[in-house]
Amino acid sequence: MNPVTQEVGRARERREDERFLRGAGCFVDDFKLPGLCHAVVMRSAMAHGRIVSIDTAAALAVPGVFAVFTHADIAEWASAIPVRAGAVAGLDGYLQLPLARDTVRYVGEPLAVVLAEDQYAAEDGADLVYADIDQMDAVVTIADALRNDILVHADSGTNLAAHYVARRGDADSAFAQADYTRKETFHCHRHSSVPLETRGLVARWDTATGRLQVWGATKVPFYNRRLLAQMLGLDENAVDLIELDVGGSFGARGEFYPEDLLIPLVARLTGRAVKWIEDRRENLIAMNHSREMECELEIGARRDGTILGLRGKLFADMGAYARTTGGIVPAKAAMFLPGPYDIAHYSCEVNAVMTNKTPSGTFRGPGRYEANFFRERLIDMMAADLGLDPAAVRLANLIRPEQMPYQIGKLVPYEESAEYDGGDYPFVFRHALEKVDYAGLAGVRGKLIDGKWHGVGMACFVDSSGAGPAEYARLMVNAPTDIHLFTGASSAGQGHETAFAQILADEIGLPAPAIQVFHGSTTGVARGFGTYHGRGLVMGGSAVKRVGEAFVAQLLGEAARRSGLALADLAYRGGAVFNRHTRDTIVSVEQLCEEKRRGDAAARRLLQADAHFAQTVCTFEYGTQIAHVAIDAQTSTLEVIRLVTVEDCGNVINPLIVHGQVIGAAVQGLGGTLLEEFVYDDFGQMLCGSFADYLLPTSTDFPNVEAYSLNMAPSLLNPLGAKGVGEGGIEGVGGAIANAVADALQSFGVKVVSLPLSPNNISRLIRETRAPQAP
Amino acid sequence: MKPPVFDYFSPASVEEALTLLGEHGEGAKLLAGGQSLMPALNFRLAAPAVLIDLNPIGALAGVHVASDGRLVAGAMTRHRWFETSALIQQRLPLVQHAMASVAHVAIRNRGTIGGSLCHADPAAEWPALCLACDAEMVLQSGTGLRYVKAGDFSRGLFTTALGGAEILVQVIFPAWPETRRWGFQELARRRGDFALVGVACLLDVDTGGTCTDVRIVVFGATDTPVLLREAASELTGRAPTDHHVCSAARCARGGIDCRSDHHASAEYRSELVQALTSRAIAQALARGNDVRDG
Repeated sequence: MNPVTQEVGRARERREDERFLRGAGCFVDDFKLPGLCHAVVMRSAMAHGRIVSIDTAAALAVPGVFAVFTHADIAEWASAIPVRAGAVAGLDGYLQLPLARDTVRYVGEPLAVVLAEDQYAAEDGADLVYADIDQMDAVVTIADALRNDILVHADSGTNLAAHYVARRGDADSAFAQADYTRKETFHCHRHSSVPLETRGLVARWDTATGRLQVWGATKVPFYNRRLLAQMLGLDENAVDLIELDVGGSFGARGEFYPEDLLIPLVARLTGRAVKWIEDRRENLIAMNHSREMECELEIGARRDGTILGLRGKLFADMGAYARTTGGIVPAKAAMFLPGPYDIAHYSCEVNAVMTNKTPSGTFRGPGRYEANFFRERLIDMMAADLGLDPAAVRLANLIRPEQMPYQIGKLVPYEESAEYDGGDYPFVFRHALEKVDYAGLAGVRGKLIDGKWHGVGMACFVDSSGAGPAEYARLMVNAPTDIHLFTGASSAGQGHETAFAQILADEIGLPAPAIQVFHGSTTGVARGFGTYHGRGLVMGGSAVKRVGEAFVAQLLGEAARRSGLALADLAYRGGAVFNRHTRDTIVSVEQLCEEKRRGDAAARRLLQADAHFAQTVCTFEYGTQIAHVAIDAQTSTLEVIRLVTVEDCGNVINPLIVHGQVIGAAVQGLGGTLLEEFVYDDFGQMLCGSFADYLLPTSTDFPNVEAYSLNMAPSLLNPLGAKGVGEGGIEGVGGAIANAVADALQSFGVKVVSLPLSPNNISRLIRETRAPQAP
Repeated sequence: MKPPVFDYFSPASVEEALTLLGEHGEGAKLLAGGQSLMPALNFRLAAPAVLIDLNPIGALAGVHVASDGRLVAGAMTRHRWFETSALIQQRLPLVQHAMASVAHVAIRNRGTIGGSLCHADPAAEWPALCLACDAEMVLQSGTGLRYVKAGDFSRGLFTTALGGAEILVQVIFPAWPETRRWGFQELARRRGDFALVGVACLLDVDTGGTCTDVRIVVFGATDTPVLLREAASELTGRAPTDHHVCSAARCARGGIDCRSDHHASAEYRSELVQALTSRAIAQALARGNDVRDG
């Protein structure tokens, strides 16, 4: 194989962008079928209560409304939605039924599905479904939950759904040796993915063929198909999950939610094509929340800042039910609490706590963002206590290259022992310090300049990516200029069509524009899995490389057969196999396509290839974020003067896509750290029901974000040498900004232990330090 | 996100609109720019039986200068018009400047002065600007016209003096004296968001540098905009120094019992009242005397 032009590594503009920028994409709401009817999910307005009755008569009397389903109508199919991943023991007792049966447990819990000829009538109908519910007190905070006075799930006997201890080494002995210890309690606030495109589905049941088609799938379509088929009692092959354009997932979209059963089910029961699309308020209460966690963390060190041990207790607010991503968030927080540092002795008590709020699940960097905030903040506190420079403390404790691979032990109950696979952690950290000119900023830190307090903060992270079930690819060549590539990896907007074509083009030596990429649907490849945990490219991309290799091998074999030459005498280049010595072409793609057109079955077989890539071991990317902030002394508003993120992401397939991913992740991290929060009142009502109250970062909010991608240690665990890049950019942002705020306000002695750092909260931090001390 | 059923009327004149309002009474709602009402309908927070669309009534849009120099604005004039008008820049530079803080351009293209005043959101700029400028509302009903000063028009949270059978048709702004200077400060979570707190300040300063008339209005902090007479009195009759500005700002903070919500506590809003009042006064004092050149 000897490609004419190298595609991998080139900054190709995304081929998807033109249709998106022209408004020519096809998202769920753009997808129409003849005779489509509309579904609206009627949801609980109460956080906690016992259902007495649900009266649907008035709804059914609305002109245009032709069906209303409650749990009683669909009980036969509507079993509890199981945990897909992150199977932490205990969570199985807290699963959600697609429609509430006897108790509602959060504002937004589905109670009924209304079907009507148009969306207007469906919403009118939903307004008239009358649920008689005996209100109960709501469990709103982690502290409420741990008191167990009110139980979210009465029959479980406790709100503490899961509890275990993750450990390596002997933390208690390490603390006994420590010159210095400090313990603090940190809090990370509830926020989440909030993609701009809300969730939606279109489902059609074909009575004649017994096939169910569902449009709007993403993330893990193959898993969701299997589960949907099981719940409906259908053969898996009778169900197609089809991916359209997707306006963002960030982890939360594409999991199996109640609607993922309800919409296909009502399509089947009524024989009608059904469309459901969330409105924004619905999206904000129905889709997985994330991040809400408390952590009591203690660090033990020598006087010189060498960390000897870390021990803590995590309490994750899971919301009202265990969702498909199970205990991933607390489990990964516990796994990554020690971070990229050489900390031999570590223990962490992990607690998953149920509350009467929207269920939690994974969001970009699940558990990592939170854990990095807790640890990095505590490291800065330690540095200040010991009179050490925060950068020097980190450099002294980062895992060194000669310690790689670094055993982190078995920290996750549902996974095997793991190891950080490689890298030069100190180098990447020093690179970030240079990029931000850390030394040059020494003069502004903690200073009031033109009415603003300046501060610099940093956070280091390490994260896993890839692995999980195998991913599949299929290649079909119709002509040298018409090549179809199918992948089981789904795209939520990451640019698979561009990057996967680049990978294949290099393998088969044909131009990337000739390759069309079809992704994320169960119809393209016989088997597949999906995209999450930084595995779209690591797993899906590797399968694409494999299918290219398989295709080339088939052509070489055919050439050997036709020519009688040994493989060593043959070479493949630019879609043809030729004799190395004579340069004569023996067989070409063009020629095989011609033979196929004439009906040659052998040629047709040669022009198709299937492959998969399996790897159960994760690869680990790592890096640093450093922020320079300025806080207005009078209004407490924070300006991000610079945020620099540096990451080792292994081999880069498309630098432009990687850069966009990292910048996007960093800005999403800034949104989560400074703007976004799901606020609940004492009754469990969510107060942020629109984008006027749930504040996403906009294009003008954070103009000064810089991303640098390094390739220090290509992964040895996949043929591309790639690592995930979707998550790294977000992971240390909370920690870096929190450290920068503490640095800026050091003269006040503020204690930064909670997010978000909204102006309201920064003003409170300052006010608290000015408050008169108790006598 | 679909509104409930309503009947829709598009009258050609104010008189016709008043007749419709009389016929449908309580169940009718007037539709101006729709930037608050349409989301409320789509969220099903409002369910009027009838919408009376004022957009077709050409006579309600546009601004003219009366013979006595007062500026008469039609209630259906869009925010964006005020923002881009040379006339407003010359005659009411405070208003022209403040328009940039009203949401985003797309919203300013549709939203109207009258709609904003009648909606009476506590964080909205228009009620505060009208109070600062001592504007007068012209309310029309079947029985004729009624004139209400801005200070009497705001009655509370989303509540005004507008009667059920009345339509706000015009807003009249007194002419500015040559000696007037202005300051405007607003703080929102992001550009275009509702103000946590805003301050508009007008100072009439004589040639000796003495403030002869001072109006300071704070909005977003309480249910309605507030005219701060006591804070103003710290400056009136004086050529203000930094000391006076600080006293006025402290006085502003002390004179307001701020509201609290999940974006800003009462304590934080109080801090903002002081900070932004101080900045608005300083901004007004710093401007050249001849503000009319922009």
